[in-house]
Amino acid sequence: MFRFLFDFDTWQELSESLTKNKIRTIITMIGVWWGILLLIALLGSARGIENKFNVQFGDYATNSVFIWGQSTSMPFKGYQEGRAPRLKYSHLDKINNNVQGIKFLIPRNQRQSQIVRGVLSSGFGVIGDFPLLDKVQKKNLTSGRFINQNDIEYTKKVAVISKDAYEQLFEKDENAIGEYIEIDDINYKVIGVFKQGNFDFGGQIHIPFTTFQKVYNQGDNIGWIMVTGKDGYDILQIEKDVKLTLKNLNFVHPDDNRAFGSFNLGELFKRFEGFLLGMQFLTWFVGIATLIAGVFAIGNILLITVKERTKEIGIRRAIGATPFEIKRQIVLEAVILTVVAGIFGIISGGWILMAVDSAFGQGPDSVLVNASVSIFIVFVSLIILVVFGSLIGLIPATRATIIKPIDALREE
Amino acid sequence: MLKIKKLHKSYKMGDSSLHVLKGIDLNIEKGEMVAIMGSSGSGKSTLLNIIGILDEHDSGEYSLDDVEIKNLNEKLAAQYRNKFLGFVFQSFNLINFKNAVENVALPLYYQGLGRKERLEKAMFHLEKVGLKDWAKHLPSELSGGQKQRVAIARALASEPKLLLADEPTGALDSTTSTEIMQFLQQLNDEGRTLLIVTHETDIANMCKRIVKLKDGIVMQDKNIKQVRP
Repeated sequence: MFRFLFDFDTWQELSESLTKNKIRTIITMIGVWWGILLLIALLGSARGIENKFNVQFGDYATNSVFIWGQSTSMPFKGYQEGRAPRLKYSHLDKINNNVQGIKFLIPRNQRQSQIVRGVLSSGFGVIGDFPLLDKVQKKNLTSGRFINQNDIEYTKKVAVISKDAYEQLFEKDENAIGEYIEIDDINYKVIGVFKQGNFDFGGQIHIPFTTFQKVYNQGDNIGWIMVTGKDGYDILQIEKDVKLTLKNLNFVHPDDNRAFGSFNLGELFKRFEGFLLGMQFLTWFVGIATLIAGVFAIGNILLITVKERTKEIGIRRAIGATPFEIKRQIVLEAVILTVVAGIFGIISGGWILMAVDSAFGQGPDSVLVNASVSIFIVFVSLIILVVFGSLIGLIPATRATIIKPIDALREE
Repeated sequence: MLKIKKLHKSYKMGDSSLHVLKGIDLNIEKGEMVAIMGSSGSGKSTLLNIIGILDEHDSGEYSLDDVEIKNLNEKLAAQYRNKFLGFVFQSFNLINFKNAVENVALPLYYQGLGRKERLEKAMFHLEKVGLKDWAKHLPSELSGGQKQRVAIARALASEPKLLLADEPTGALDSTTSTEIMQFLQQLNDEGRTLLIVTHETDIANMCKRIVKLKDGIVMQDKNIKQVRP
């Protein structure tokens, strides 16, 4: 059945009927070309925005919420308003026991310090951290390692510093690992250098949590906590539950919304994801709708062509062409038209994406990152084109075979 | 070879119907050269279309080479046309974007022959009609007589049992007409069966038998002495 595809005459006839009226053929193809171009350009741009978004949030466990103490706004159980509730290290177990769906609960302490190395000095945020942080907020280490359990247990004076800090405290290409820096007059050994992500709040220098506790005399106090939810748990609910537990432990009125501050990354992320999903849906919708309009234009033109070729079709049938052979030829024309137009559309869509990428996709502050479409999408579009092309080709093809050969021959 | 018995055909024209063929009886043996004559409206074109399996009869019998032609679907009709019949039209009906040899090869394409074999056969028939040197020319570059000879070559290409010619000289001047008729006579001499529809007495006289139609019936059916130019 598909042997005809390898026959020279099939393609000769195809090129004859398509090149007989070049302008019409080209105008016909513009519809499909434009449709697929839009689809590719829009999908690619949407992908670019999504990529950008992923880069922004990439290193984070995104279903996280940050909670810290502020000050109470209601008097409760004999306590005056305006009191500052403290987060305590000893509360963590209770939170873990009371609240369902917590994957990680990470306490952090933070302060602003002067860092000195030889004659160089600079102010940075210093954070006391557990090794667990690396799980939630993947540290992109360029050299060395992150804090480990050993550092915690022996309250070692070690520091993991950001690339920013490294550049300010070290000479270019100088090896930082094993070198010492002074944080508030105490020497720390540098064990790792990391590249900052977009959501690294506050700190450029990480030291072991226990070291921070001891050096700065924090006792049981914690600056703030990071809570990460398990999959399938609503991060908003977790935030509520954690806050309620904290209010209980600190004798804060349950309706006091100002006592604890928070930033819910998961909620923000969800909203963004919804936006991206909507954008993608719109893109597919607009692209495919345009494509369908283009394919219909091709069907329309082929219908006119068939009318013009009535006599030729009559001759063919008089000398022995079966209706199927006639149909096959016209459907093939439709498919070739759509696919060729589609391939041009994909190529020019690619060019547009390249232009978009070089205009908006460069540098750290770019609107989008790597605007592109996958081979899979290109493949799917081609399949869609072939399917649409054959379906629309059936209309003129059927029309061509409805005409009786005798009527076709009579037509002058 | 061709047997027609009590053939009827009518066309619906709105509410009324037009009875075109009112019981035609006709037998043609192998090797005959028959002219069908009649004025317009006599039903000769309708008869030719039915014989050519381009149209269907209402009642009566029609068989071609002992195969009954009745209630054929389009696919079978196309195959029978290809196998049994060769058509020559008044207006040549060549496909104008194909050159001479490709036009001749077209019936063979629908027979499913490979390209090489097709073109070889087509060349052979083109040589027979004396147009070997014009094989690569498009129909628009050929004269009327040449076009008709290409059309005859195309009709012969599928080695049909019966060659049907509908006013084959209708669009040609008298000299060329004679040439074409001479050529058709030559084909008949080689043993081919020909059926020629014409309204010109000169042309009819060059055949071996004349069947005259009038108002849908056979008025006269006689063998004549063939005129050889």
